[in-house]
Amino acid sequence: MQGSSKPGLSVNIAMNTGVNKSESHAALPMRMTISHVSFFYGAKQILFDVSLGIADKRVTALIGPSGCGKSTLLRTLDRMHETVTTSRLEGEILLDGQNIMAQDVTQLRRRVGMVFQRPNPFPKSIFENVAYGPRINGFKGPIAEVVEKSLRNAALWDEVKDHLHKSAYELSGGQQQRLCIARALAVEPEVLLLDEPASALDPISTAKIEELLVELKNLTTIAIVTHNMQQAARISDFTAFLLTGQLIEFSPTPHLFTTPSDPRTEAYITGRFG
Amino acid sequence: MNARLRWRKFVSNFMLAMTGVCAVVSVGVLFLILGYLLYNGGASINWDFFTKLPKPVGETGGGMANAIVGSAKLLLAASLVGVPIGFFGGIYLAEFSGSFTASIVRYAADLLNGVPSIVIGIFAYSIVVLPFKHFSTLAGAFALGIMMIPITLRSTEEFLKSIPRSLREGAMALGASKWRTIASVVVPAAYRGILTSILLALARVAGETAPLLFTAFGNSRWSSGWTQPTSSLPVMIFNYAVSPYDDWHRQAWAAGLVLLGLILIINIVARTILSRGISVPRS
Amino acid sequence: MLFAASVVLITVMVVWKLWINSALPRHKFGLRFFITDVWDPLADQFGALPFIYGTLVTAGVALLIAVPLGIGAAIFLAELAPPRISDTLQFFIDLLAAVPSVIYGLLGFLVVVPLMRSVIFPALNKPLGFLPIFKGPSYGVGFLTAGIVLAMMVIPYIISVSREVLLSVPRDQREAALALGSTRWESTWKVVVPFAKTGIFGSIFLALARALGETMAVTMVIGNTPKVVASLFSPGYSIAAVIANEFTEATGDLYTQSLFELGLVLFLMTFILNGLARLLIIVTTRRGSGMGNV
Repeated sequence: MQGSSKPGLSVNIAMNTGVNKSESHAALPMRMTISHVSFFYGAKQILFDVSLGIADKRVTALIGPSGCGKSTLLRTLDRMHETVTTSRLEGEILLDGQNIMAQDVTQLRRRVGMVFQRPNPFPKSIFENVAYGPRINGFKGPIAEVVEKSLRNAALWDEVKDHLHKSAYELSGGQQQRLCIARALAVEPEVLLLDEPASALDPISTAKIEELLVELKNLTTIAIVTHNMQQAARISDFTAFLLTGQLIEFSPTPHLFTTPSDPRTEAYITGRFG
Repeated sequence: MNARLRWRKFVSNFMLAMTGVCAVVSVGVLFLILGYLLYNGGASINWDFFTKLPKPVGETGGGMANAIVGSAKLLLAASLVGVPIGFFGGIYLAEFSGSFTASIVRYAADLLNGVPSIVIGIFAYSIVVLPFKHFSTLAGAFALGIMMIPITLRSTEEFLKSIPRSLREGAMALGASKWRTIASVVVPAAYRGILTSILLALARVAGETAPLLFTAFGNSRWSSGWTQPTSSLPVMIFNYAVSPYDDWHRQAWAAGLVLLGLILIINIVARTILSRGISVPRS
Repeated sequence: MLFAASVVLITVMVVWKLWINSALPRHKFGLRFFITDVWDPLADQFGALPFIYGTLVTAGVALLIAVPLGIGAAIFLAELAPPRISDTLQFFIDLLAAVPSVIYGLLGFLVVVPLMRSVIFPALNKPLGFLPIFKGPSYGVGFLTAGIVLAMMVIPYIISVSREVLLSVPRDQREAALALGSTRWESTWKVVVPFAKTGIFGSIFLALARALGETMAVTMVIGNTPKVVASLFSPGYSIAAVIANEFTEATGDLYTQSLFELGLVLFLMTFILNGLARLLIIVTTRRGSGMGNV
């Protein structure tokens, strides 16, 4: 790769605080390990032999053009793909060293949370939305405290603390998405998966969520799918680039965006396609 | 897996199984009905049933020929009332969809649809039977026709509306006037849907009993013309079923089988026509 | 054009005729019509209470049976069954909805009534006969029988509408519930069904409207006795049934017009219910598509 300037890509790595540039991936503990995973919808193969590790208490981003399989990969991590009957998974995915397919799926999903592309609060009050998770999991203690803690962690508490019993639908889009994050955090997941969480939001809400995610990695491991490269560069520690179901490159974020190893990665991040 | 999770999973599997039971029971009712009708009435479907007149009270045998013919006459006449109003009215609604008049018509049609059939019966009585001072086939046809109107009206409107604009515009670009377009292009394109809705409306009113009780009333003999009271399948079933005579019960089952069989066949045919595809090319 | 206008004309005339043809009893009895429970044609005494009571009780029993069954089946069809099975079963449910009232009545009179006498009544009356609603004796016909037959008739309406409404709930509602560690039942019952709540209520109102106006099946199994009594096994009467049975034999204007007034009452009841139902269903379908204001 020539060291040519890359117009159109201004990377603000300075925002990525708390991380050594080019931190060695191998030196960190892995919260989840994806080994030789291939994925099929019926006869059609979507993922081809993907292997990577999700580092503990770090943000890992999955990027790539539309249809590259990044969302599909994310959804295997909490076995959400099983809601489609024709899906088939080969390979192994470990959470804390245990195969997720060998565990009870309901339990797994408590440990691996998910936030979706469009905000999808339940038709209940703000309070009840956040309380839902702990309640069904049999939480016996003071639930109001858990709700407050989660809303604070999602940087939403101050805005809603006097309106906890209003319907969640009265919030703005950005607030609803933060509510969904709070809802997911309430069950204290070990890993939080986010599938393009800001793509349906305006720029200001997006910025708020990005700030939030960088803070949250102290609480929980984060894996995020995004089609916005700048976003990945801003908030993630490690980035995986996928193309047509294959993992092309996986490296510390600063490295991938300034000196990518694979020409296809470079082509993508300089906007030549995608 | 802790005990609480085990319990939750058990509840989950149990409740989901129960919903399956509900579904089976609900669908099962249909087969229950068919089963009883076939079992109790199947043997009585013979040539006599279709050709003979009912025997006087107490005598066994006889058939329901006049009821079958009566129902046919009623349906024919009812269509003459219900179909044109529904069809042309539907065209109007589809073409002038946004207007205030259209919304009123739509509202009235929905209202009419919800009126219990017995109320339609006494209405038809007050309009047709009272002035002429006797029951008649016409009165029964009038009542049934009224019931057909909302169904054909709304369906025609829906199917016409589903024809893409590009089809109309294509015709009009060739110089066809608005009404010509409708007649020669839009309606033929929607004919499948319109036809099935007419069939479904017929199937619906074929089984109606209540409105006929005070209009066509009933007749143990043949009724000639249109101004005499006439027998009909549903009314016969009603009268025979609640009678104390076993032989009449037997015939009621048979009549029920014939009536339901006809209605189900019309329904299945209509729905199959519909699902085979409304012949509109993609734009 | 004119045809469309005639629809409005007919509808208006229906209401008008009901109104003027019930003038006599309206003036004679006024509002007492609704609380008198005596229906004695010979004495020119006409009270609507037994019929309103019977109509409401049978509809109530029908809903008690049909709503759990119908919603359960709708949940199965919308959430559990694979699309082909769901569509096939829905097809059968649609056919069930096409079965005419008189056939239900036939089945009711010749099958359910004997069943009531020989099986259901003993089963309920022996252990629970001390409760006023289960007091005997039973002749087979009565409120409960009518309620059971009505339930069979309205289940298809509840299933069809509820299934559609449930199918229109956005996928990610269910997935969000699952992602929090819910079991399948929990995600269905605590999230998907509440989301579709309004539409499901709409289907119940629709079913209720149908049950209230139902004539033939009820006439054949209710026992045709104008009484207001607590026991479900007792014979009773409904508005539609009394009109069906007595209209052609009604002598004298007061008698006939009282029946017209009953018709007017029935019309109003179904009119209001249908209106509410339509409102609820419209609200749900609109809500499902206009979500997540950004």
